[in-house]
Amino acid sequence: MVKMTIDDNEHEVEAGLTVLQACEQIGIEIPRFCYHERLTIAGNCRMCLVEMERAPKPVASCGMPVAEGMVIRTNTPAVKKMRRSVMEFLLINHPLDCPICDQGGECDLQDQAMGFGANTGRYQENKRAVTDKYMGPLIKTVMTRCIHCTRCVRFATEIAGVPDLGATGRGENTEIGTYVEKAIASELSGNMIDLCPVGALTSGPYAFTARSWELRKTESVDVSDAVGCNIRIDARGPEVMRILPRLNDDVNEEWISDKTRFACDGLKRQRLDKPYIRKDGKLQEATWPEAFAAVAEALKGVDGSAIAALAGDTADCEAMTALKDMMAGLGSKNLDCRQDGAKLDAGVRASYLFNSTIAGIDRADALLLVGTNPRIEAPVLNARIRKRSVRRGFPIAVIGPEADLTYGYEFLGAGAAALSALSSGRGDFAKALKDAERPMMIVGQGALTGADGADVLGLARRVAESRGIVDVKAGWNGFNVLHTAAARVGGLDLGFVPGDGGLDRDGILDAAGSGKLKVVYLLAADEIDMARLGKAFVIYQGHHGDAGANRADVILPGAAYTEKNATYVNTEGRPQMARLAVQTPGDAREDWTIIRALSDTLGQTLPYDSLRQIRARMIEINGNFLNIDLTKSAKWSEFGGDGDVADRPFVSPVSNFYMTDPISRASATMAECTEVFTGGNDRKTGTDG
Amino acid sequence: MLDDKDRIFTNLYGLEDVGLSGAKARGDWDGTKKILTLGREGIVEQVKASGLRGRGGAGFSTGMKWSFMPKEVGDRPHFLVINADEGEPGTCKDREIMRHDPHKLVEGALIAAFAMGAHAAYCYVRGEFVREADALERAAAEARDAGLIGDDACGTGYKFEFYVHRGAGAYICGEESALIESLEGKKGQPRMKPPFPANVGLYGCPTTVNNVESIAVVPTILRRGADWFNGLGKPNNTGTKLFNISGHVNNPCTVEEEMGIPLRELIDRHAGGVIGGWDNLKAIIPGGASVPVLTKELCETVTMDFDSLKEARSGLGTAAVMVMDSSADIIRVIARLSAFYKHESCGQCTPCREGTGWMARMMSRMVEGNSTIEEIDLLEEVTRQIEGHTICALGDAAAWPIQGLIRHFRGEMEQRIIDFHAAKTEAA
Repeated sequence: MVKMTIDDNEHEVEAGLTVLQACEQIGIEIPRFCYHERLTIAGNCRMCLVEMERAPKPVASCGMPVAEGMVIRTNTPAVKKMRRSVMEFLLINHPLDCPICDQGGECDLQDQAMGFGANTGRYQENKRAVTDKYMGPLIKTVMTRCIHCTRCVRFATEIAGVPDLGATGRGENTEIGTYVEKAIASELSGNMIDLCPVGALTSGPYAFTARSWELRKTESVDVSDAVGCNIRIDARGPEVMRILPRLNDDVNEEWISDKTRFACDGLKRQRLDKPYIRKDGKLQEATWPEAFAAVAEALKGVDGSAIAALAGDTADCEAMTALKDMMAGLGSKNLDCRQDGAKLDAGVRASYLFNSTIAGIDRADALLLVGTNPRIEAPVLNARIRKRSVRRGFPIAVIGPEADLTYGYEFLGAGAAALSALSSGRGDFAKALKDAERPMMIVGQGALTGADGADVLGLARRVAESRGIVDVKAGWNGFNVLHTAAARVGGLDLGFVPGDGGLDRDGILDAAGSGKLKVVYLLAADEIDMARLGKAFVIYQGHHGDAGANRADVILPGAAYTEKNATYVNTEGRPQMARLAVQTPGDAREDWTIIRALSDTLGQTLPYDSLRQIRARMIEINGNFLNIDLTKSAKWSEFGGDGDVADRPFVSPVSNFYMTDPISRASATMAECTEVFTGGNDRKTGTDG
Repeated sequence: MLDDKDRIFTNLYGLEDVGLSGAKARGDWDGTKKILTLGREGIVEQVKASGLRGRGGAGFSTGMKWSFMPKEVGDRPHFLVINADEGEPGTCKDREIMRHDPHKLVEGALIAAFAMGAHAAYCYVRGEFVREADALERAAAEARDAGLIGDDACGTGYKFEFYVHRGAGAYICGEESALIESLEGKKGQPRMKPPFPANVGLYGCPTTVNNVESIAVVPTILRRGADWFNGLGKPNNTGTKLFNISGHVNNPCTVEEEMGIPLRELIDRHAGGVIGGWDNLKAIIPGGASVPVLTKELCETVTMDFDSLKEARSGLGTAAVMVMDSSADIIRVIARLSAFYKHESCGQCTPCREGTGWMARMMSRMVEGNSTIEEIDLLEEVTRQIEGHTICALGDAAAWPIQGLIRHFRGEMEQRIIDFHAAKTEAA
């Protein structure tokens, strides 16, 4: 602790803080533009100047470390004058276009100008104008508004690990840009919009659609990947206008991926807003009673063993609970939530969790990635790995796809052979694992899908145990499974897996293809090969007209994640609540209520009528649902197979980051991103576009 | 006046052999090994005792600066960086040293590096100084071939290498931390302090950045003794100094003189006096473009050293004396300097980036008089808003000349404005 005087009061503050942080802790707010706690200190805006005793000049509080006996003054007339001065300098070349600026109402410059700005300008010269830059389809630029704080440059370089941005030119002619005109090739680029303290970088898709004060703000969680990023849904009337990140240091810090942020326009397109029944080969609009009657008709006289259910990537826990209970009532044991066919073991919770937790990455001191490309499977988690990797003492190795992860790593091999080699302790990285105190392994779905997935899982467990990645005695569990689907861990926690003698995903698809299964219930399951369903009667419950709806015989329109109060469990096993932000379109309903109503029609009435009751049922199935927003360590035990594994190359399940689920596939913004980032990152000109 | 026997730069005008043999004949590299036997502490103590103050402009004690380097060399190597990015308008002293006395610099670099535990010295030479960098490289090669530097410098077993790095022509790279950035291959923008370079400098290692002249005088100081150097000049402003006299004088020149020489004597004796006689003098900028201008009255009595010029509310800076006679348009002169600072501002921090442009535009209107009397006050206030509020001293350097102008020539500025408006009214 350090004793220092701030504004004539003595305070004890933690050593190693900066003056600005110390002031913040004791409740004195220092204005700033360039300083941001998650970025390196630039000290270039000069807004945070304070007076320090015995210093010849005022000091920038953002970069000045606290010291014993330091005397700081933040409230003198001189400090006030400095702030006014800097404000004046920032404003002389800043356009007075707040009424047409999307940042208006949530602009740092605007807010601070209210506090520190003068009433009138004294600048008589012409204002500077700067050419706008092209930064891709997501970020709209109005570079004349730029105040050169370099937050975006530092974010791109430090957090995103994509050094595409920089300042060119000198003095007044300094311009922020991409050097060579190109879209910023980062999955996290949207965060620059949040970081920009002015309206220089604003959201392209959201441009001119709403004002911040018109929006209804709902705190929720994201379902585009399994990280469970905390988000805020900003809606106006029935429409989701934009998605912003919410602070949660344990999960996403304050970042979200571009898919999380920009896929929300997909919520307005391709929606299923009415029940449909297939008649004469064509889907026709129907009413709820008609749709339910059609389902009842199809199920009439069908034995439970000829019915199956698959839950998809964005299914919520409430709906899966209801469906599981209904299937039990119908006498079916054929259900699976692993629609990608990953051989995860629902029996051992530690076998499918990101055990070390995401925040645990910060403490790890070696990392092995197996069959995953976290940059496209979970960009926010990848940024966390990168953040750890820029500090020293963090060797990283990859077994699986050899991709640009924004940090350096040792490539050990593409498939299971490299993993076997590691288990024998050969090679430099085996030694690095041995030397590490808290080594970590992240196993992706790319390693676990395929016929020998369970054996790969078993091999990974043996490597983890023999290489000290799991050290039960020391209380360290670095064995981590990285999921790609928001619904997966919830489904496994609920036991949405085949019962004794029941069929798993492959079994269901084979049996449906061969005609043994008569009815298949798809709960938002779109990522399976629909052709393999054969002649089975398909009930599709979901919110988008995607693959599942195309194949369906009956469509029951459900709610997207922004339209329901629902629970999702992220890859760490952290149950989080999505909250209703807007109403479902048309006749669509919240998913669990659909199943509850259907169960009534089928004469299998489920015993819950309210959200509270179904959540009590979830807790009854798995006590973990009590720990909302928390993670609980899972007991380590044996899992996985011990058969031979083929040395096939592990392939990431995600090939196009921008389109992985029905919402992002329906999004025009994501389509544009797909074109730009997979079709050559060049702006089309002239006849070429 | 400085006696010839007390001159350090005995080949300032390049009249003698620039090479190693010529340098040796003038006393360079004489007993360097013996000097190094003083040890780190000994050398630093001697330099401190000599009272040498940094010749780059700020006038910080050189010995003191060296003593800030960590006493023991840890995992991070130490570096000496020599600032030869001589870009201050009117200044051309380092240029003469590199051209004609490069061995003094190389030898000084060895001694200074030894005194701070550095095994490498990087000399960052202004990009435009093509021949000077060549001369320096030649001198370093000669010294290396003669075993004076290299793996066994002067037979002491000390490893020392001297590298010449050419800049790309940005004024700001003469600021020590921007110079370090540039040397690392980055954009030349000053760093925040703390941490200071002695702690975190080049490549994150302890580094000292010294001016060429500060380093080049060190061997002679150590050979002739701190007392000798201390005996020259005035208390706290000791030794000799290179002065560059330019502008409206009969004989512009670079000359070595004692610190504290009266300004008028300096000009009359070495530069052949002001064109048209002393009474034709209008003003003098005594220390390079960034220090405030002095009026004729002040010039009559002021002496050329750090403290007395500070008292006169100007500064010694790089000791580049720019003389203006009555034919000079002082407002235009300062406006030109403002344009220079606008052009050279790195653009990193707000007051300098925005303020230099604002000042330059106001100044350019002031030249014609297209302004108002009140705007002079605004201009003055803008300089105060920049001064001291920036990361580096370029903001101050841009503000001071204008402050000097307003302080001493406000009457002339006001008259210009009145005349301009009168002419406009007449025309209308």
